[in-house]
Amino acid sequence: MKIYDVVIIGAGVIGTSIARDLARYKLDIALLEKEEEPAFGVSKSNSGIIHPGIQNSPSSLKGRLCVQGNFLIRSLSKELNIDFKESGELVVAFNEEETRELLRLKKEAESLGVPALEIVDKTWLRQNEPNLSAEVVAALYAPTAGIISPYRLVYGLAENAVKNGVEIFTETKVENIIYSKPNFEIFSSKGLFRSRYVINSAGLFADEISKMLGVDYFKIRPRKGEEFILDKKKENLTHHLILPLPSKTSKGVIIIKTADGNPMIGPTAEDIEDKEDLSTSDSGFNKVLSSARRLVPSINDKDIIAYFAGLRPVAGDDFIIKHENKVPGFINVVGIQSPGLTASPAIALLVTSILKDSGQALKKKFIFHAHRKKTMHLFQSPLLKAKKLIKKDPSYGDIVCRCEMVSAKEIRDAVKQGAKTMDGIKFRTRAQAGRCHGSFCTTRIMKILAEERKIPVISVTKRGKGSEIVKESRFCFSEQKE
Amino acid sequence: MAAAVSAHENGVKDILLIERDQYLGGILNQCIHTGFGINYFKEALTGPEYAGRFIEKVRNTPDIEVSLKSIAVKLTSDRIVTFLKPGKLETVKARAVIMATGCREKTREMTHIQGSRPAGIFSAGLAQKLINIEGLLPGKEVVVVGSGDVGLIMARRFVMEGAKVKAIIEIQKETRGLLRNMVQCVEDFDIPVYFNHKISRIFGDSRVEKVSVVRVDNDFNEVPASLFEIQCDTILMSVGLIPENELIEMAGVRIEEDRTSVPGIFVCGNSFKIYDIVDAVTEDSFLTGKLAANYIASQ
Repeated sequence: MKIYDVVIIGAGVIGTSIARDLARYKLDIALLEKEEEPAFGVSKSNSGIIHPGIQNSPSSLKGRLCVQGNFLIRSLSKELNIDFKESGELVVAFNEEETRELLRLKKEAESLGVPALEIVDKTWLRQNEPNLSAEVVAALYAPTAGIISPYRLVYGLAENAVKNGVEIFTETKVENIIYSKPNFEIFSSKGLFRSRYVINSAGLFADEISKMLGVDYFKIRPRKGEEFILDKKKENLTHHLILPLPSKTSKGVIIIKTADGNPMIGPTAEDIEDKEDLSTSDSGFNKVLSSARRLVPSINDKDIIAYFAGLRPVAGDDFIIKHENKVPGFINVVGIQSPGLTASPAIALLVTSILKDSGQALKKKFIFHAHRKKTMHLFQSPLLKAKKLIKKDPSYGDIVCRCEMVSAKEIRDAVKQGAKTMDGIKFRTRAQAGRCHGSFCTTRIMKILAEERKIPVISVTKRGKGSEIVKESRFCFSEQKE
Repeated sequence: MAAAVSAHENGVKDILLIERDQYLGGILNQCIHTGFGINYFKEALTGPEYAGRFIEKVRNTPDIEVSLKSIAVKLTSDRIVTFLKPGKLETVKARAVIMATGCREKTREMTHIQGSRPAGIFSAGLAQKLINIEGLLPGKEVVVVGSGDVGLIMARRFVMEGAKVKAIIEIQKETRGLLRNMVQCVEDFDIPVYFNHKISRIFGDSRVEKVSVVRVDNDFNEVPASLFEIQCDTILMSVGLIPENELIEMAGVRIEEDRTSVPGIFVCGNSFKIYDIVDAVTEDSFLTGKLAANYIASQ
């Protein structure tokens, strides 16, 4: 039976970042994911903010890796052809005391190496952020903050990792791990895997994975964040990310600009027990709305067109990224809450060096395909470019989702790139994420998905087994032509 | 189609009908129940039959060019229309433009209903398309939110397909739909209706499992003591229709009373305002076709 050099558990942004970096070396790598697609755990609910590095203790891993990650994400996004936009951010103050706190934050951030920070006044704010509340007296401006699509980043990393030899196994849940020196035996729902190293990036369930090997000094406690998405028409409500001063447990309710154009407000920060509780609440709604209106008074509840909740995998105040000497070959990369997305490229590098330090030889491959082809989205292309695309391939003009202008070709491509579910198609192409929320396009997308995957339409799911869209078919034959 | 036919009858000889679907007819194609055309044709037709009458008129009018699978993506205030179809992106300039783009449904996402976001939540129109056009049954135990006509029609439809419709939940004290639908869909099929009630929370991780329902007072505040649960695997949302006039907005055109702010650009049917019966839509469309023809003649 094949013995992998490395098995990575969890295909979120951390697992796929590590996989992609390790793919530079001559290693046999398997990435195991319990959901039907990568990013379906913690990563898909990420706010998509690339933090500049403010608000992290200079002595923490969070601080160091965030600043490094902010820098690295720029070249990474170019290589993978994922859109990264440097929007800049403003941490705002409402009075003298808060302004003093801004100065303290600035100093702390500068000692970490965060560049180009400046304190801006009311005049600057009036000119550059006109919809910001007039109650704001000053702000800390961090130009290196940015926005990215968190799930499209994961897909880019996963695809590129696979192109460079990584094997990704989805619907593969790790049930037990036994250390049988010098290898690990990993018992999963899809069979046994053997490897020399195990990297634990299992997000919310990382403590359960670690416990399988007797390493149980940390516990993952979910901290829920509810987010509310605003109509795309309000895209230019703000030009920068707007943040209040942070509290002990969270960065507060932020006015976020997303990579898809819709503004987003949130998140809340609520410690809960249930690792599967992704519900939103009326109290969360009210809290986010009132906090957001404090920053930008013109926001009102009619602007809200969608909402969701995510869970942060909290293991304490900082990341835990270490080789567990008690179990040689086992590396924990856990408790990756904010600024985990930003830090991910730096975390991958750190894990690579931990691997090297623990004795694994890392020989660079002769050929590493660093670049990933850009996925063409009609809705992002100017009309002339759209014309060329359609001329090249007529099915670009066959529009399935008319709210977001997604063609049949894009949907088929998404399936070829790994989308297996309706949510997978939504995250990759934006189909079903527009004004009508899938009311008009769902049927056709289901049929394309069924046709491309060669499964019956009644097996098409929202996000994996148990979430089938329909219950029964009235047709005798199981497949219908699209 | 009515607007096109009317414009032609009033002298316009060069008409392009842009339709995004693969066939003409629009939403009528999935409305297989009868009751259409009682006023206009003095017959009770099904949706496809009603649409069929106009499709025949259009087919018999060579001056009306039909472009199917064509989606209009841009409109300007000087009547330039850009549209996409398989293999082409075309731009045309018209002397008059009539928007007849219908409406869309208000979905769960547009109002905050607390709880989870599982599979099994459908807008009533989507459920209608799945059943009537695709032959797929969305669920077996249904709760309908809102007593709009589409919801009432679909409640009956589900019962006819062997599903159990547990309740219709309506926040107002009476239905927003037609009385005849209340009788023919709800009363005739013994479906429980809860007026002055709303959904308080949706439960279920992967698929809908149950909802909690609560009574509301005159200010629409929840009365907590009245909370109860209904087991179900499907939620149908029928909470309102929204005119589909994004293109008009994109062109910077405003809709005022019974016309638009730009002469030469017209709106009719549900994209102008939500109508209860299709006969009224047809009347509006015939009038609009005539107005467009008069406008062209006057230029």
